[in-house]
Amino acid sequence: MLEVANLEVVYNEVILVLRGLSIEVPEGEIVALLGANGAGKTTTVRSIAGLLDIHEGDATKGSITWNGEDITNASPSHIVEAGITQVMEGRRVFAELTVDENLATGGFTVRDKAANAASYDRVMELFPLLYDRRKQTAGYLSGGEQQMLAIGRALMSDPKLLILDEPSLGLAPMLIEQIRDIIVDINKQGVSVLLIEQNAMMALSIAKHGYILETGKVVMDGEAQKLLADEDVQEFYLGLHGEGGERKSFRDVKHYKRRKRWLS
Amino acid sequence: MTSLTLRLLNARGSVSPVVAFMVGLGSVLGVFMLLQLFNDPEIFIQTLAKSLGLGSVYAIIALGFVLIFKATQTVNFAQGGLAVAGALFLSFLVADDHIPFTTISNPFNDIPGPSWIGWGASVIVAMCFAALLGLVIERLTIRPMIGQPLFSVAVITLGLEIVIRVFNNDAVKIEFRSLEVPWGVDGFRIGDAFINWSTMAAMITAAIAFVAVYFFYRSRTGIAMRAVAFDQEAAMAQGIDVGRVFAIAWAAGAVLAMIGGVFATQPPVRQTLSVEPETATIAFRALPAVILGGLDSATGALLGGLIIGLAEIFAGQYAAGEVGWLGAGYPLIVPYIVMIIGLIIRPYGLFGTPEIRRV
Repeated sequence: MLEVANLEVVYNEVILVLRGLSIEVPEGEIVALLGANGAGKTTTVRSIAGLLDIHEGDATKGSITWNGEDITNASPSHIVEAGITQVMEGRRVFAELTVDENLATGGFTVRDKAANAASYDRVMELFPLLYDRRKQTAGYLSGGEQQMLAIGRALMSDPKLLILDEPSLGLAPMLIEQIRDIIVDINKQGVSVLLIEQNAMMALSIAKHGYILETGKVVMDGEAQKLLADEDVQEFYLGLHGEGGERKSFRDVKHYKRRKRWLS
Repeated sequence: MTSLTLRLLNARGSVSPVVAFMVGLGSVLGVFMLLQLFNDPEIFIQTLAKSLGLGSVYAIIALGFVLIFKATQTVNFAQGGLAVAGALFLSFLVADDHIPFTTISNPFNDIPGPSWIGWGASVIVAMCFAALLGLVIERLTIRPMIGQPLFSVAVITLGLEIVIRVFNNDAVKIEFRSLEVPWGVDGFRIGDAFINWSTMAAMITAAIAFVAVYFFYRSRTGIAMRAVAFDQEAAMAQGIDVGRVFAIAWAAGAVLAMIGGVFATQPPVRQTLSVEPETATIAFRALPAVILGGLDSATGALLGGLIIGLAEIFAGQYAAGEVGWLGAGYPLIVPYIVMIIGLIIRPYGLFGTPEIRRV
């Protein structure tokens, strides 16, 4: 289980991005993390994956615990070895390497050859398309194939928790559905999933629990189905308007921001 | 995404200028070479062997530049210093029979049998020393700069070059330290053409180095290094230890520099068989090869080295009548002229990645 407690992250020692963020990803579940641009979703991922350092970021308060171990300032390689892998926003496949070589980078932390081969077979079973293209340069794959490769690469380290940062970004609706089904499949194989999305409908339709982020804080959380039914969520994240049909004033709907939720 | 598409299109569309450049240059030189071959075969063969030997030395040094650039995105200006440091260390082991600044003698000199066995063992020890030197320098001066502006890192390597060079020259006192090689300045003859054994050794070493790099690029660590070169953050997210990749690149780069430094004391580069303060300039003489081939391409380093070597020696052999008024050292500027022409045609080098990078 992953627990992020009261995390505060500052960039360049001045820009406060996360202000006491707390989320939980229980074992074997899909948890959705929603929020508009600049809410701090990607920063949350970076903090968990240990990539704050290279962005001049610093976790000034709070902690991140993974199965009881404090990983707040752990190195990225240690975190991958511990079983947390992320699929980065924008896919970030190594375009100059072949599909197979990309997958090999994903399995870098696994020294056991048999385990590596098993992960490889598993990825090829999930994405038969990649098998046909295994010798091709990754840069020539289509966007959907690259997203599959990015997910496959992350699975090569045999993670217990998979973090997906905007897997639907820039993909056609059909492909988004395909990716969604794949996420459900992966989850069924016993991998917990933290799904970061702007596409709230897609994320909440498969998640068990959802968090909504605004300016570095969780402003709302609950069961995914309840969030889907929530009027405010419908208006602001699903693009659905209330019964009146008229857009409400922003100030009126933001009442939940003033509600006491976590420790703040 | 768009930038990626553009890059790939560039890579595909830009094949023609390379081919045009190579074919054009090749055909002109080919006709010239054929003429010379019939004119005076001995001189021609001798010149060809010399230029391929010099090209191989350049290629070995260029490969060191490329490995370090590939991993760290910085030109390592300290290659020259590292080359001399490695060659000096070997000179101490072989000629003075002890490790510098100690009284520990070199046990390999006492090995019975032919002298080249002990010599070969000493070379391996010197290679280990060079690797260690590279690791220490990387850990102390380059690792803390991960994520910092590349320009600062390049300037740090420039500072290192000066520190290492002053240390070599003044603390160790170079002053023509002899560096014996088993084959000396001997050679063999094809007809009347004389070819040094060290010229052949340089070619063989370059070939071995490139085959090694070819297989290294396809190994686990090599794939990791190429991943780091392409996208450092994404590589870190896969659990690749970027610091370790930097360390490996610096160790390998320093070893290649040391090998290049040893060859820089032998024919066809120099006839003296001794390490001199001047030996350090070999890195800057090889720089046109790196730039011409493309800073991040091993193939580019090999071809760039050979092209520059050919240009330099052939110009020295055959153009003396026309441009002799420039002075006896004119062949030394030929590499830079070839580099400038090459860069005008392909700004990122013959095999370099067409992407603008800082320093």
